[in-house]
Amino acid sequence: MLDIVLRSLWISGTATLLATAWGLPLALLLGLREFRGRRALLSLFHTLMGLPTVTLGLLLFLLLSSRGPLGPLHLLYTPSAMILGQALLVTPIVVTFLCEALERVDPSLRDLARTLGASERQASLAVLGEARRGAVLAVLASFNRAVSELGVAMMLGGNLHGYTRVMTTAIALETARGEVLLSLQLAAVLLALVFTLNLAVNLLGRR
Amino acid sequence: MKGRNLLPILLFLVLLLPALHSSLRGPGLRVATTTSLYDTGLLEELARAYREGGGGRVAFFPVGTGQAFLQARRGEADLLLVHAPAQEVEFVREGWGENRSVVACNFFVLVGPPGDPAGVENLPPLLALRRIAEAGGEGRARWVSRGDLSGTHLKENELWREAGYDPEDLRREGWYLETGAGMGQTLLVASEKGAYTLSDLGTLLTYLGRGLVNLRVLVRGGRELLNVYSAIPVNPERVRGVDGKGAGRFLEFLLSEEGQRVVGEFGVERYGEPLFLPAAEILRENSDPQLASWIREVALLEG
Repeated sequence: MLDIVLRSLWISGTATLLATAWGLPLALLLGLREFRGRRALLSLFHTLMGLPTVTLGLLLFLLLSSRGPLGPLHLLYTPSAMILGQALLVTPIVVTFLCEALERVDPSLRDLARTLGASERQASLAVLGEARRGAVLAVLASFNRAVSELGVAMMLGGNLHGYTRVMTTAIALETARGEVLLSLQLAAVLLALVFTLNLAVNLLGRR
Repeated sequence: MKGRNLLPILLFLVLLLPALHSSLRGPGLRVATTTSLYDTGLLEELARAYREGGGGRVAFFPVGTGQAFLQARRGEADLLLVHAPAQEVEFVREGWGENRSVVACNFFVLVGPPGDPAGVENLPPLLALRRIAEAGGEGRARWVSRGDLSGTHLKENELWREAGYDPEDLRREGWYLETGAGMGQTLLVASEKGAYTLSDLGTLLTYLGRGLVNLRVLVRGGRELLNVYSAIPVNPERVRGVDGKGAGRFLEFLLSEEGQRVVGEFGVERYGEPLFLPAAEILRENSDPQLASWIREVALLEG
């Protein structure tokens, strides 16, 4: 059981890091620059936050299956496929939450930084530093969504024992097998984890 | 202002009424069954024929065999359609089920990558498994197990045991994968990983027919691979809220000439061969004594 919990943590953790890696530059662009279509892009990401996991799972399944365009990579039913799927799933959360945090920072801060001789890049980093609480919140919320979703994990991971079986897929399986006790234990761990993270998110958000 | 807000809500509620109505009416007869039986579409076909013949509505819960028994004990099913003879005998002996009737059968098949790296084509099933295990140890082959305690998984374990391997030990082998999922998903994984697996014929032909998997049937037929589906009405005296009468009526239909005709003809049109054999009729008329005796042995009918 411990290995399932650890696997969940590293797969969803890596997915969150990946999403942050490509979400951060996007958020800096969308949150701090003015350009045409910025609002449209922001609302697109906002809408994508509600993307059903099975829809994303299906799309990626078709892409990655051996007959799909990315079939030769042999990614389907591997942890890498799950990481990729979950990273894509939580990207809209990272981007939206980060943008909101960046927008809340007083715009004069950036001007101030620039008048003090900071480059555009340094000024952006200064704003990001000021929005760090919101940034942590974005990452936590993303991890929360990744670790508790079932659709992508099941469809792209295949729930292989000792390889791609994570908490959510194991809970679904053990219930189907009639091993309700193990399901309940896993569900308790997952709940504790998600509640703790949500509490943290809440406390951070309120301050 | 208030009236304007109320109107859409009222409209919404009116639109909800039909849905509400159908959910109050209940699902009809509740049949807990295995995914391998459900995925082929046979059950829907039987339910349609039953309804057209004046029977009621039938709802199927495709779950693993393990869960089907649990669901029945909790009073959430009226009839079981499963394929795990040892568990079925136990279920009836403990008084949860009334009796057991063989409804249909077919043969499990051993499938694998078209290249057949372990060289098992047309071997007897147990020898084929030993070859796969040897090739697996040398890194030339893989096996995908259902791992979900379904009837197919139990059969798989039984075959491995008869071949001289303990399935619990096999789980630790790198070449032995375990999906813990339904037959369809397991076939997809086997195809993707170039692995061997045990499949029921119905699901395999369905997936091959749709071009979803790149697998080949390597071993088929024989007593070891016979797959027998039985129906067990849940005992209404033991479990509360069970529709014993409805279950009896649907079971009668399944065993009737008409029901057996549907079983025996299902899939011929689409796959060129039947997916199931009308086992009840074969037993009744002894039309194929060899097969009939296999069915009795595998389904543990005498004992």
